[in-house]
Amino acid sequence: MSVFNQSRSYIIRILFLLVFITILAQLFNLQVLSGKYEKLAQDNAVLRNVVYPARGIIFDREGKAILNNTIMYDLMVTPSQVKNVDTAYLCHLLEIDTAQFRQRMIEAILRNGRYRPSSFEELLTPSKYARLQENQWRFEANGFYLQPRPIRVYPFNAAAHVMGYVGEVDSTIIARSGGFYQPGDYVGRSGLEAFYERVLMGQRGVQFLIKDHKNRLVGSYEKGEFDTPAIAGRSLHTYMDIEVQQLAEKLMANKVGAVVAIEPETGGIISMVSGPNYNPNNLTGSEKKKNYSKLVLDVAGPLLNRAIAGTYPPGSTFKPIGALIALDEGIITPFYGYGCPGRYYGCGHGKPACTHAGGGHAANLRLAIANSCNSYFAHIYRLSVDSEKFKNVKHGYAKWRDYVHDFGLGVTLGIDLPGEFRPNKIREGIPDTTTYNRVYRNSWNSCTNLTLGIGQDMMVATPLQLANAMCLIANKGYFYTPHFVKRIEGEKTTDTIIKKFRTKHAVLTRIDNAAFESVISGMQDVVEIGTARVAKLPGINVCAKTGTAENFRIIDGRRVQLKDNSVFVCFAPRENPKIAIAVIVENAGFGATWAGPIAALMMEKYLNDTLRPESVKKVEYISSANLMPGWLIREQYKADSVRGQFYFKLTKDSSYIKKFIRKAQPPPKKDTSAPRPRLVFLFIGETIRQEDILRTNKKTNT
Amino acid sequence: MNGEKGKISSGVDPILIWLYLLLVFIGVTAIFAATYRDGDPVVSSFVSFKTDYSKQFFFLIIALVLGTFILLTDSKFFTATANLWYAAGMVLLFLVFPFHSPIKGTESIIRFGGFQFQPAEFCKVSVCLALAKYLSMPDLDFSKQRSQLIAAAIAIVPALITILQKETGLALVYFSFFLVMYREGLPPTILIIGFSIAVMIIASIVIEPNTLAIILTIIAAIVIFLNRRQIRKRRSALVTIVFVWLLCVGIQRFAVPFIFSSVLQKHQVERIYSLFGKDNPYTGAGGIAVQSTNIKKDNTADYNVRQSKIAIGSGGFAGKGLLSGTQTRYDFVPEQRTDFIFCTIGEGFGFIGTTILLGIYLLLLFRIVMIAERQRSVFSRCYAYGVAAVFFFHIAINVSMTVGLAPVIGIPLPFISYGGTALLTFTILLFILIRLDSDRQMVLR
Repeated sequence: MSVFNQSRSYIIRILFLLVFITILAQLFNLQVLSGKYEKLAQDNAVLRNVVYPARGIIFDREGKAILNNTIMYDLMVTPSQVKNVDTAYLCHLLEIDTAQFRQRMIEAILRNGRYRPSSFEELLTPSKYARLQENQWRFEANGFYLQPRPIRVYPFNAAAHVMGYVGEVDSTIIARSGGFYQPGDYVGRSGLEAFYERVLMGQRGVQFLIKDHKNRLVGSYEKGEFDTPAIAGRSLHTYMDIEVQQLAEKLMANKVGAVVAIEPETGGIISMVSGPNYNPNNLTGSEKKKNYSKLVLDVAGPLLNRAIAGTYPPGSTFKPIGALIALDEGIITPFYGYGCPGRYYGCGHGKPACTHAGGGHAANLRLAIANSCNSYFAHIYRLSVDSEKFKNVKHGYAKWRDYVHDFGLGVTLGIDLPGEFRPNKIREGIPDTTTYNRVYRNSWNSCTNLTLGIGQDMMVATPLQLANAMCLIANKGYFYTPHFVKRIEGEKTTDTIIKKFRTKHAVLTRIDNAAFESVISGMQDVVEIGTARVAKLPGINVCAKTGTAENFRIIDGRRVQLKDNSVFVCFAPRENPKIAIAVIVENAGFGATWAGPIAALMMEKYLNDTLRPESVKKVEYISSANLMPGWLIREQYKADSVRGQFYFKLTKDSSYIKKFIRKAQPPPKKDTSAPRPRLVFLFIGETIRQEDILRTNKKTNT
Repeated sequence: MNGEKGKISSGVDPILIWLYLLLVFIGVTAIFAATYRDGDPVVSSFVSFKTDYSKQFFFLIIALVLGTFILLTDSKFFTATANLWYAAGMVLLFLVFPFHSPIKGTESIIRFGGFQFQPAEFCKVSVCLALAKYLSMPDLDFSKQRSQLIAAAIAIVPALITILQKETGLALVYFSFFLVMYREGLPPTILIIGFSIAVMIIASIVIEPNTLAIILTIIAAIVIFLNRRQIRKRRSALVTIVFVWLLCVGIQRFAVPFIFSSVLQKHQVERIYSLFGKDNPYTGAGGIAVQSTNIKKDNTADYNVRQSKIAIGSGGFAGKGLLSGTQTRYDFVPEQRTDFIFCTIGEGFGFIGTTILLGIYLLLLFRIVMIAERQRSVFSRCYAYGVAAVFFFHIAINVSMTVGLAPVIGIPLPFISYGGTALLTFTILLFILIRLDSDRQMVLR
């Protein structure tokens, strides 16, 4: 019976077999050959949650926290739980309208889905937080809750440039870190926050969590087997004196310039201010982005730390250094004198001029420093580079430049802050012989760059370098690389980051004590009877040097000489130096007018711990003075208009023009404080100047 | 043969019993793995009748009792009442229309009390019995077209009713009975034509309509060219070729769009298209075919299969172990205790596990075919082939859809998927076969 069509039973069996083989082949393909599904499954179900530890705290020398952590709150929302919410009331509390409310809800859903919480408003302002806290019961059951979030806080509102700020990592940081940082991580972006990032950040913890198909977290993965705990960041103890810092910041209000104060004994930085300054707390919290863009767009550059990155001609403050070089070379002795007739005629043209004439004001080194004799120091510069020890002036200059480098000028000192001055083609600090060869087509001699001896010509230095040079003099021959951090909490041998700050740099070894004493005495005379009398402190022997440096700037395409920079360096007390200060106030005139008093007040505060009543008055006077250069307003206006125009072109939206040009400021006229004549820089300090100008003007007229 | 032994065990095929027990054990374990939540007390929740695995466990006990009863029943009972079963099945199917309770898009479930019943599922037994009864009629000449049509009608009528209940997947199962008819002498041309039509439908999904029409025309022209001598002799050959060409173009141009836009539901069309990695072009209003270049792709059809593939693929060679699969444990795969239960096994036990499971199934199918061939009675043989066909269709389509080889058709994996009706139906199907087989020496009519 069943013989009929029985062969078909085999066909059916073969059909079964073929189908099963096909399925098995696909299973083999999915489960054995293709590796991607495991990764996909991990991505599906395992959430890698990074746990951020609290960052380390930064203390000043007395243990006061300059940079601390605090808690702010994010308003979080779980969209799926939002039911029966009094939207209008919530909007009222948050000062938003219902359209914005809806927009934010949509954003939250897009970011994390309906079932997982995402932030509705980040970093609530204290007033909003208080309002929400009060009404928490209204919203708690409906998907809204407040989540604490640690942020940085600067309790003294001070030391913005030193402390730096944290910000989200950008793509370059991620690329450079080799995967250490991930998008969304916060990292120190400047200051100590950036330099000691690895110390302050601690160790990030990682939690692996399981999520379900609706993105809800349902528990830990493999019972936390792969989790690593977060370790809090370590704190830093610095040399800073926050009270001196606050005072210095107050004094530098509305001024462009910088202040650096160093403890010579250790190289520890007591205070560092760059003007214009900003409140570091503006770069934390809810207003962060707005404030940051404001700072970035300010042409005065408040984010720039001029103390380490600003370069200024040191002017007369360089003179003691020039003297020490000549002494170390053995070219002069402390008793070397120069008969200055009021001008230096060594090069024939009678330049530079000197404030004093005759009277033996440069009869020896001490007197020369006290009187700040230009001729004397130009002359010993020439003596140094033209010494018979060297084949020619180029060798002599190279040797002299090495000396200056040893003083920390024209080099990167290696302070524990990012963004320090680094010599480059445009800003060399102390120019190389090749630069002079290029500029003067290989034919130059010690007369060409004569004014290097008095801290001018192409020489520039940062305030930090000047302060460091003062330490070298105060210490009589050695310095420690300036730095902020005294010790890291729980310091380990692996913390090599601060090792280099503990090595002594003994650069001047051949100068005997007496020679040093004569330089230092000269500097003390500057305070006692010379230009720096303003820095005199009762009961303390202060040594100082003022400087008044010419400076130029290209404004509207023309090189214009601006008002001189006020430069001041000092250290005190003479016998046992505790503090060395360099102050530069841009376009503020004589060194003794603004920079001197600032340094004096800081010394008084630091050494005596208090200020005398008359000093307090002086503080008020200085801090209320506005020395912001006039050209800044015009430059700001120009920059804003260009930016406004750029966005207008880009978007065809004319509101951008209004947005960028600040309404309060009418278009300022051309800066009147800058000297008018165009060619003035060619004829420095000459009486024939007026005639020359007239002559050139006539030529152009006819 | 083993008449000396007890009444039930005499003649009962032990291999089938063992395979059955093995499969239901795997089934309950898999449902447990898919739905168990950490921290639940295992033993107490197994008897609580609250969790899915507990319910399945109780259904299994009922199924075993039912199976025992079937083994105790006289085998003649099934031949005698085969037509009655069919009638009962049809009545139940029709009862669905007034009494169904709408659940998740299907209209095929009757609910009384806390109990759900799906007649379309159960009706497979009826059709299997009725078809066997019809084919085993002594005076039947199956080579006649009339009897072939009647046999086809027996299978297709319930299928059509099931389609009306929006259970296209279950309806397709009834087409598997053509395998029985094939075994009993249905001319292979019918199957070949059916297969060709299937190829045409797939081709018209995959290939752009105009291109396909041109290809068909070119093929027709080549065929005419090659057969030009025969055509010169016989005009009818040309007519046949032109007719076939017209039929193909007709299917491609009118039948497929009509089926996709009017007969099938939107989600089913999407599933079919997503299988081939294409967008559903019939999303326009009123079923007008719209080329969907700028219509946003609806990923829901895709999602299930993708998650299912991820789950199975992530199992790797050796699997993650019972209760360790992240995909199946945290509900990434939808319907994973019912239609996508295979994922749980794929993720938990890897390629080894899936191979073993498919091996067990293949063994079951081969054993059933072997049993079918050893029957003396045509009724038993037809019935056995019916069982084999139904199991084969269920296994092949269910597993294929989880690995992305077939469109997502909601049909359960025999003995393993969660669901009382399905488990009972498959048990009844298998145990009737075992009962019939134990009396294989008898000639049943």
